Amino acid sequence: MDLRDTPEEVDFRAELRSWLEENIPAELRGHRGGAARFDGPEMRAWSRALYDAGYAGLTWPEEYGGGGAPYTHQAIFLEEMARAEAPTHIGVIGLGMAGPTIMAFGTEEHKARYLAPILSAAEIWCQGFSEPDAGSDLAGVRTSSRFEDGHFVVDGQKVWSSFAHLADWCILLTRSDPESTRHAGLTYLIVDMHAPGVEVRPLKQMTGEAEFNEIFFTGVRVPADNLLGGVGGGWQVAMTTLLHERGTLGFALQAALEMQVRKLIALARDRGADQLQRDRIAREWIEMQAVRFTNYRSLSALMRTGLPGPEGSISKLVWSEANQRITKLALELLGPDAALWDGNAPYGGYWQYQQLRSRGNTIEAGTSEVLRNIVAERVLGLPKSR
Amino acid sequence: MDFTFTPEQDALREQAREFLGANPEPSWAQLAELGWTGVSIAEEEGGAGLTFVEEAVLFEELGRALYRGPYFSTVALTLPALPSDLRAEVAAGEASWTLALGPLVPDLDTAGRVATVGGDGIYELEGAEREVLTTTDETRPLGVVRGGDPGRRLADATVLAEIESRSLTALALEACGVARRALEFAIEYASTREQFGRKIGVYQAVSHPLADAYTGMELSRSLALWSAWCVASGDPQASIAAAAAKSFAAESAVSVCETSIQVLGGIGFTWEHELHRLYKRALGIESFGASGTRLRAEVAAALLNEGTEAVPATPSAPASVEQGG
Repeated sequence: MDLRDTPEEVDFRAELRSWLEENIPAELRGHRGGAARFDGPEMRAWSRALYDAGYAGLTWPEEYGGGGAPYTHQAIFLEEMARAEAPTHIGVIGLGMAGPTIMAFGTEEHKARYLAPILSAAEIWCQGFSEPDAGSDLAGVRTSSRFEDGHFVVDGQKVWSSFAHLADWCILLTRSDPESTRHAGLTYLIVDMHAPGVEVRPLKQMTGEAEFNEIFFTGVRVPADNLLGGVGGGWQVAMTTLLHERGTLGFALQAALEMQVRKLIALARDRGADQLQRDRIAREWIEMQAVRFTNYRSLSALMRTGLPGPEGSISKLVWSEANQRITKLALELLGPDAALWDGNAPYGGYWQYQQLRSRGNTIEAGTSEVLRNIVAERVLGLPKSR
Repeated sequence: MDFTFTPEQDALREQAREFLGANPEPSWAQLAELGWTGVSIAEEEGGAGLTFVEEAVLFEELGRALYRGPYFSTVALTLPALPSDLRAEVAAGEASWTLALGPLVPDLDTAGRVATVGGDGIYELEGAEREVLTTTDETRPLGVVRGGDPGRRLADATVLAEIESRSLTALALEACGVARRALEFAIEYASTREQFGRKIGVYQAVSHPLADAYTGMELSRSLALWSAWCVASGDPQASIAAAAAKSFAAESAVSVCETSIQVLGGIGFTWEHELHRLYKRALGIESFGASGTRLRAEVAAALLNEGTEAVPATPSAPASVEQGG
């Protein structure tokens, strides 16, 4: 047990920190967040700069254009990005979900074709899993794919898809066997978002922004090669994607939480806090440290044994609820000014936006109810509720 | 960065769990024979020359087993104040100690000798009358000392900071052990008890509070082990880490016990079941030393007061708090 950086990690962190200091474009630093931050060309340029400096796909194998670095480097990278309030690489879905899934299930041709453009931000990915009638219960997927003349023909509707309005590709979970139910008969496809029959409609959320979208597929023809895990093998592939979503998420969330607590402290120093509020601020700082060191434990277990520790499964659950409390506490510190929005509000409306946005945190990427089921059944070994 | 236990530390935990399972009320001599009393004492003083991280493993297991005896009061409270010859006695199992930091002194019934804080130093207290009081938690008796004279001067008062970090961290670790045991009872019960034709663990009104209990316990462990590492390596964050760990782990252990009592229903409320003893230890840990509220006030002062250095974000990579929202 040694919680300090190794000499090699010290070097990596120092180099990264000075690179970030010199390279983050001023207009992107400390953005209040939200979907609109991804829409302009500057985000692609920033992502490309990360790639050129070797910081995209740090832990990906070198043969696919990654850095071949240990997971600790990825953790340091996310910590330093948050500390510098740097915007993330635009390829969130590609880097965290599509890429790892293609590495696990793709052919050599798939890997050669799709992985490098994810890293360089030349191509953006979105995810087509949830449907109006298949949310937490993903096995209820109905979007159909039928095989016809060497193509899959896709019809149906997906929802809550982040980046779909920018995306070039979609990882799509479909039902290829119309007679099947639940986990059988599902097929996982790579779909060109520019293909005829794909229509993206933005979904405006309570923040006023459209961060995610509905995607409608009408007779969309997908080449037979764009298949991961075989016809009918889609469920296992989808579970791999979600494992990566929750697995790689931990450190990103911890870094985000750390930034949020730091801003909360700065706000309290700026505007003052009474004794009760000070107690709550201390609680949030303590819980943030608890999440950090829980992630470190999980990461260390992963490095040592190849499997993340079970304690890693709680990161998202804890982060989402912490972020909701922190942002609400910040509004309290703002007093009557909390009612102001956007440009009229202190700090450009950062906290008002963040507080509303935080209500999505316990819903997206696995609802808190689903995550508690996962802890209860897979970690504690309690009998299954379904 | 490496946050795993070594195989030797894992083996120590296994040994401790096995031994305490077979010997629920071990004597001080038995603990000395196992080498537990001298874990962090230097080899030339008869100890094992290890660190507080190994002691941390033991504190967690001793908490889990609701050990009754002067281990906490000797190793966490008094050891940093003892000079070399007295440390050797502890390592050999010839002496155990407690320290009168406040009016209520732990383990007066089992600790051999008593130290006290006076003026600018820590002294052995000689000839004092001891009264052991009735406590809710029978596994950690508290008492008062009256009269007596300061004897040998043991250490300078500067050692009190280390004593505070060690003892708060040890309490946090005990709390983790208590919480783990309570949660094990609840999981076992929820996995076997049937009502309305199904195991009660299938009901989310039961399973979700247990998931939250697990979450609280793991977060507590992360803080307590962070703090243990800081203490072991003399990290400047030891004091704030210990405050964070004790405030969080104590409250969390109380809450885990309460969840477990609720899950076990009537059985959990009986005198016969061990849960109430775990619960009382958790409550005792929460009230001993500094309360969560006071510790959080210390944390808040470190984070918010004018002229304070912003708290480093990671052990090796200090970051400053920037102004602005």
